[in-house]
Amino acid sequence: MAITYTSGEQVEVYRFSIPATVLIPLAAVFLQAWLPLRFPFFTIFDLPLLVVIGFATARRSPLAGLLTGSLIGILQDALTHHPIGLYGISKTVVGFGASSLGIKLDVENAGARFLLTIFFYVVHEIVYFMIARGLVGLRMAWSWPHEFLSGVANAVLGILVFMLLDRVKQRT
Amino acid sequence: MDVLGRYRNLIVLVGVLFAQVLGLAVQVKRTTDSEPTRLIRIWAIGAVTPLEKALVWTQTSCGNIWHNYFYLRGVRAENRSLKAQIERMSLEQVRMSQDADQARRLQALLAFKEQFISETMAAQVIGSSGSELSRSVYIDKGEKDGLKPDMAVITADGVVGKVLRVYRSTSLVLLIDDQTSGVGAILDKTRLQGIVRGTPSGEVVLEKVMSDETVPAGELVLTSGGDGIFPKGLLVGRVTKVTPGSELFLNIRVRPAADLSKLEEVLVVTKIDERRAEPDQTGAARAVDILAGRLPSVPSKPENAVKASVPGTVVPGTTAPGTAARGAAAPGAGKPGTVTTTVAPANSASDVKLKVALPQVSASGGASAVRKAPNAASLPSPASSPSPGAASGTSPAAASATKATGDVPIKVPPLKVSSVKVTPKPVTEAIEPKAQPPAGDSPH
Repeated sequence: MAITYTSGEQVEVYRFSIPATVLIPLAAVFLQAWLPLRFPFFTIFDLPLLVVIGFATARRSPLAGLLTGSLIGILQDALTHHPIGLYGISKTVVGFGASSLGIKLDVENAGARFLLTIFFYVVHEIVYFMIARGLVGLRMAWSWPHEFLSGVANAVLGILVFMLLDRVKQRT
Repeated sequence: MDVLGRYRNLIVLVGVLFAQVLGLAVQVKRTTDSEPTRLIRIWAIGAVTPLEKALVWTQTSCGNIWHNYFYLRGVRAENRSLKAQIERMSLEQVRMSQDADQARRLQALLAFKEQFISETMAAQVIGSSGSELSRSVYIDKGEKDGLKPDMAVITADGVVGKVLRVYRSTSLVLLIDDQTSGVGAILDKTRLQGIVRGTPSGEVVLEKVMSDETVPAGELVLTSGGDGIFPKGLLVGRVTKVTPGSELFLNIRVRPAADLSKLEEVLVVTKIDERRAEPDQTGAARAVDILAGRLPSVPSKPENAVKASVPGTVVPGTTAPGTAARGAAAPGAGKPGTVTTTVAPANSASDVKLKVALPQVSASGGASAVRKAPNAASLPSPASSPSPGAASGTSPAAASATKATGDVPIKVPPLKVSSVKVTPKPVTEAIEPKAQPPAGDSPH
């Protein structure tokens, strides 16, 4: 199914149980911290970001999306040695954007999710880059090919993650 | 009210973003001494690291059971090969220990201070930061194990990083390939010093080496000890590529010796001793050292000392004409190869001792008056070049001590070396008495 413009009343709104709301982000952050030790290439993925996009597009509530993004981002920040807020701000923006877009578009099919993930991955990286460089003063290198390829890789993984999320989401 | 309701989501978004930007600004502004986000970090780590620890423990246990009880193929052959290797290395060790003894003796003469790793703690890597831009790992040892920030973390292969943050049972280790890290480094052969840093792309570079220097690819990079974190001489990596930099410095890429992408177990250096190198007393000693050890010790300086007025009596810290401190072989002190000398006793104030380091010395007659002078009064051994202070025979410390006491004379029974024979060559050749410039004819 192609991406279609629908009204707010036509789209399905889902919710997640409390255990799923707590444990899935935790598991994502845990895997993001643990898997790179065994598979160094895994650092190009951003599992927490995929969870943020998945939750936001399913709930279709900008408020819930930005709060989810904010909390998951801060949790991710806490594991790094950089100041807390870099991932927090980036994922807040992505959570708000994904849920706002989820209201407007039907993003239930794999193709739509693929494109949406690439788009929001790049948005996330741009916001992160701007804050890290402008506010924190980190030396950053920007490479469009690298970001785009990472976006594609994340989108492929994202389709699998969204399929898993589909299993735990509940219709309101 | 209608406007607020209509733009509620946007207002909340702006509010949340503003709060985070404000928090970020506060963190950037503050120094690292006060960490306002510690509680958030403790909660996050408390939520994640127990899972990591459990997973690592399970993985290690299963691996140990498999490797120690089931998969023992080829162990006998490996055992034989290892035994042969031990025999070869034992022979090599004998040779190297002799070299090390010699090096220690020379370092002691030059009064070098060395840093030794005296205590390490093994730790297991349980997790990473999970970010390409934060190259750091978590280990399973923390505050309760005695870890503190800024402790060096190494492996058998080389330097890994330093402890950045310490929590109750875990610690965050900043790797050397992170862009915020920095390691004082020195090149092995050219002895050029610089700073090893990470780049945003994860490469490791050696900075601050001037572009007019020549650095060959393949040269080893060692820690210089200048950063106060890593002891001197640890292997950091190897130079892989050298290109001219954009400014005055070379762009030197370094491949880390330790595989930072596959860390499993690391060693945290929990204690570093700094001490002077001393010759190994258990090994083969020179005759002169043995004789020095048998000499009676000189009592500490009395308050009302008598000024030396007769031959063989000296003021502490000064040297009498024709004494050993003036080059051990004063003119007219005897025939070549024979040293007849009187040595000032150890100055209690400055702990000046005199040490004669001569090759194959055979002493006859009275006790050989040999003392040790770590500052400058020591006579240089044939292997070391005499320093100006050593050649003049009076250490600055000793001289100042004498001035401080106001040249209070002291009467000390003369310790006389009646005849110390130097077999291979005359001491006068090994240690040339420095010609004293005429008074008032200072070079400066």
